[in-house]
Amino acid sequence: MSDIREVELARDLLAGKEEAFDRFVETFRSKIFRYSFMMCGHREDAEEVSQETLLKVFESFDQLREPERVKAWVFRIAKNACLMKRRKSVFAPSQELSLDQFLPASDQDGGHRKLQIADWSELPDTQVLRAELRDVLSRAIAGLPEIYRGVILLRDVEELSTEETAAALDVSLEVVKTRLHRARLAIRQELDEYLR
Amino acid sequence: MSVMEPETGKPFQDCKELFALLSEYLDEELPPGTCEQIRAHIAGCPPCVEFVNSLRRSVDLLHKLRTGEAPGPLPEAARDELRRAFRRNREGFHA
Repeated sequence: MSDIREVELARDLLAGKEEAFDRFVETFRSKIFRYSFMMCGHREDAEEVSQETLLKVFESFDQLREPERVKAWVFRIAKNACLMKRRKSVFAPSQELSLDQFLPASDQDGGHRKLQIADWSELPDTQVLRAELRDVLSRAIAGLPEIYRGVILLRDVEELSTEETAAALDVSLEVVKTRLHRARLAIRQELDEYLR
Repeated sequence: MSVMEPETGKPFQDCKELFALLSEYLDEELPPGTCEQIRAHIAGCPPCVEFVNSLRRSVDLLHKLRTGEAPGPLPEAARDELRRAFRRNREGFHA
């Protein structure tokens, strides 16, 4: 679900309250930029997508029927604005990810099966990401094929619900769930390699 | 890979069977019975505990990425363009 403050903001916008304008720009511009930057791969494109998306939002907010779904509505417009850029992605080519490629190998250790994965306890448990770890994560997301990248950005970075993500991307709930899981497994694998 | 159909009541025989369901498990989007079966398997399977924990940590880290790249300041001309669109729409909507 959209954050309650975002829903109130959408209601204020629909009510025509002048003060909602600046708050809406402040709240959504950075979200749209972050998503667009990771989808387009170019800072200038992301700045343009942010402006084009907000322009479309303000031109058509009277068409927002359900303020509770404002986030999905905004990201749907952003997704289409990204597609309109039509610049070939600088990131990974489009391809399907299979579950099997993420199954970790295991070996026997004194009669017990042990996974061949890194020691994740070494990851710092802090609220703020270290720059190095942030780069690893950003590169891992950038390396995902576009159909997976869009889902993980909306579900796990922007924290839209499965329903909101499906609405924003115009796909079914099952497609969101399948793509999200494979994207997470790919990110997990990249982090695992970083930790070794 | 064979994945158990949800709600059959059959316990998971091995780790591969629940591998495809782990994100839905973490997101609490599975039927309660299937969640319970996964929990029961994981309780007796240290490799699954390790893997599920690493997947959970990955998702936690992704949530923290929200504080990342930020746009530059919004130029006044761009803000004015947006404000004009807002006012035009408001006037039409509330006319």
